[in-house]
Amino acid sequence: MDFNDSPEEAAFRAEARAWLAAHAPVHELPVGAKMPDTEEADRGRAWMRELYAGGWSGLTFPKALGGRGLSGIEAVIFAEEEGKYHLPKGPFTSIGTGMALPVIAKHGNDEQRARFIEATLKGDITWCQLFSEPAAGSDLAGLRTKAVRADDGSGDWIVNGQKVWSSWAHLTDWGILVVRTDPTVPKHKGLTFFVVDMKTPGIETRPIRQISGASEFNETFLTDVRIPDANRLGAEGEGWACCMTVLMGERLGSGAHRSGVEPLLDFAAATPDGHGGTMLDDRSIRQQFAEALAEEQGERFFQARLRTMVSKGENPGALAGMVKLAYASRYQKTNGLALELRGLAGIAPEAGDTATGDVQYDYIYSTVMRIAGGADEVLRNQIAERVLGMPGEVRMDKDVPFEKLNG
Amino acid sequence: MNFDLSDEQKMLGEQARALFADMTPFDRLRTLIDSGAEWDEPLWRALADMGFLGAAIPEEYGGLGLGALDLGVIMEALGAANAAVPFMSSIVLAAEAIRLAGSEAQKAAWLPKLASGDAIATFAYAEGPGPVFATGAGLKGGKLTGSKSPVADAGIADIAIVLVAGGGFVLVELDQPGVKRTKLDSFDQLRPHFRIDFDGAVAEPMPGVGKLDRLIDQAAVQAAFEAVGAAEACLHMARDYAMERQIFGRPLGGFQAIKHKLADVAVATELARSNAYYGGWAAESSADDLPAAAAAARLSGIKCLEMAARENLQVHGGIGYTFEANCHFYYRRERMLAVYLGNRGFWADRLLNAQPGSQVKAA
Ligand SMILES: Cc1cc2nc3c(=O)[nH]c(=O)nc-3n(C[C@H](O)[C@H](O)[C@H](O)COP(=O)(O)OP(=O)(O)OC[C@H]3O[C@@H](n4cnc5c(N)ncnc54)[C@H](O)[C@@H]3O)c2cc1C
Repeated sequence: MDFNDSPEEAAFRAEARAWLAAHAPVHELPVGAKMPDTEEADRGRAWMRELYAGGWSGLTFPKALGGRGLSGIEAVIFAEEEGKYHLPKGPFTSIGTGMALPVIAKHGNDEQRARFIEATLKGDITWCQLFSEPAAGSDLAGLRTKAVRADDGSGDWIVNGQKVWSSWAHLTDWGILVVRTDPTVPKHKGLTFFVVDMKTPGIETRPIRQISGASEFNETFLTDVRIPDANRLGAEGEGWACCMTVLMGERLGSGAHRSGVEPLLDFAAATPDGHGGTMLDDRSIRQQFAEALAEEQGERFFQARLRTMVSKGENPGALAGMVKLAYASRYQKTNGLALELRGLAGIAPEAGDTATGDVQYDYIYSTVMRIAGGADEVLRNQIAERVLGMPGEVRMDKDVPFEKLNG
Repeated sequence: MNFDLSDEQKMLGEQARALFADMTPFDRLRTLIDSGAEWDEPLWRALADMGFLGAAIPEEYGGLGLGALDLGVIMEALGAANAAVPFMSSIVLAAEAIRLAGSEAQKAAWLPKLASGDAIATFAYAEGPGPVFATGAGLKGGKLTGSKSPVADAGIADIAIVLVAGGGFVLVELDQPGVKRTKLDSFDQLRPHFRIDFDGAVAEPMPGVGKLDRLIDQAAVQAAFEAVGAAEACLHMARDYAMERQIFGRPLGGFQAIKHKLADVAVATELARSNAYYGGWAAESSADDLPAAAAAARLSGIKCLEMAARENLQVHGGIGYTFEANCHFYYRRERMLAVYLGNRGFWADRLLNAQPGSQVKAA
């Protein structure tokens, strides 16, 4: 066991650190500043271009496809160093690199790999994920958006339906899309996976106002959208396997968030307790933050164990959901606590108190982490079933043709 | 980065688990309780024969000279088995105190005997309610006066390393006229505790001073391994019972209320295990990181075992409250492990104090 880098890893880290020091600062997002999402998207693209030009894009993708053919652990090292900067690396860019590219690499054909992978790494193509629907979130295979072959013999598909919660769909170039192509078979079997150009006629995105005040996700309506068969990924009816590849990428990615308790300690230490000390003198506050700190360290070191597994070629499977399950709740709890210890200033800070503003935002944002990328309850099911080997959920719909299901 | 146990360490863990499984079935624990035994002596001999007692004692003193992680995998197996042996007292605390603070003569006299199991030692730190690491007892002219309570395993120990005024340690042979041992009513029936009154007992000071922090940080890491082992045993016990028990026409384990509970225990246990690994690594390789690593490991160890022991009994329902079911061993041990070496509040302070940035050190 060694928590430190091997000499080769240390050299790689030093190289990454030096490159980042020279190139990352100008791309950083100003802390706390709100900006139009078009500007954030432009900054995201610019950072992707910079990464590609410097040779830091697609570290684990084969060289022939525009990547660097390195191991997982090197990608982790780069991500750790990159994470020290406040870069435009949100879903706008990560859906492409972390979710679309793995599914194209695994389930796509050579032509599709050549067409999309390098262009995405370069920042020329950005992606959104068109999975969820009003009636299909956790129960993703319950989706109703359907595709049928055009009757003109072209082999094209005609898609109709509605997607929802599609992050950045209004500003991205392409979407990964899963639809129902055969309602006569049980629900997991009749799905097919596509990539779709978001400028195709018939696609309409309507931004949804979020509780944070921003509108980063959308309702996406698909009306007689024509998709060429060349944009199908994998075989007809095998969309579910593609979805699983995407969700694994999402889960491993979402475990990597930094979610510091440390700034909250400073925050508590900067809050007077009215007795000449600070809120961090309070035993109960100390204990709660210490517990959170211990959990955060546990998440970090568990992540290190998962990375070690990945670097040895092992698949962490449902273990990957454990970190996200733990940190999402902890993050919500500690940011809530931090607001509370500020007294009334926690709910209405004076102008210039950006630290409280940040905690408020994090408290709102923490709700997302417990839902998106697998909600808490769904992750608990997976851990119980796949890690502990407990019985699966009772399913009324498993062997029933989709068209015969109620509701 | 290679953040995993080595193959040798995994093998060591398997050997330890196999030994405990063989020698400490739950019925054995019931027999020990019913007979009022103070420990499982045959198990101790077997641990000695396997070399486990000397695992972390330097080779020059008759041990194997292995590290904190090796000791950790043994402690994990011991925790899983609920073993009634003075491993924490004699090996993790007392032997290590002698190694850190003892004179050459003290090391030469005692470490080989502790490694072979021929002698047993304990570490006497508390003095009743109040601070866990108390220093009321004191040495005057080579004679020790004061009381320590409770002291684990004092009934079978040959010597005690005693924390005294000034924060140093003294070494006392317990079989002498100035020492009186009184058995206490111990919550964990498999870990008997005693009060020791020293009334002018002959004691040798130990030359190393300022070693208490290092000693208890290391012990906290081992306690975390012990807790993780016990928590995982509870988790598997609850899971197995829930899979077997048929209720409302299906296995109890098919209900989310049970699945989700156990999933949460599993997560807490893996986080604690990860902290214990880091603590073991820090104890071996990075002294600067040890204080924070040890405190985090200790806190998350307490937390996972508390969840695991309580929910294990809960999942069992009424049968869980019987002496014949095995939940109670862990339920009692959990409280014992949660308070010895300092409780949550104590370690919370240590964790915050170990953070960079002095404003955090306020309290
Ligand atoms: C900010 C944000 C961004 C998102 N971005 C995207 C995106 O870009 N593309 C996309 O396709 N989707 C996106 N999503 C959607 C996200 O994947 C879904 O919200 C999520 O999968 C949950 O589905 P749902 O909202 O339909 O809730 P539901 O599935 O209706 O769940 C409601 C509640 O029921 C619980 N529940 C569900 N099933 C069970 C069960 N079997 N047992 C017990 N409890 C259960 C859930 O845990 C949850 O608490 C995003 C969501 C958010 C919040």
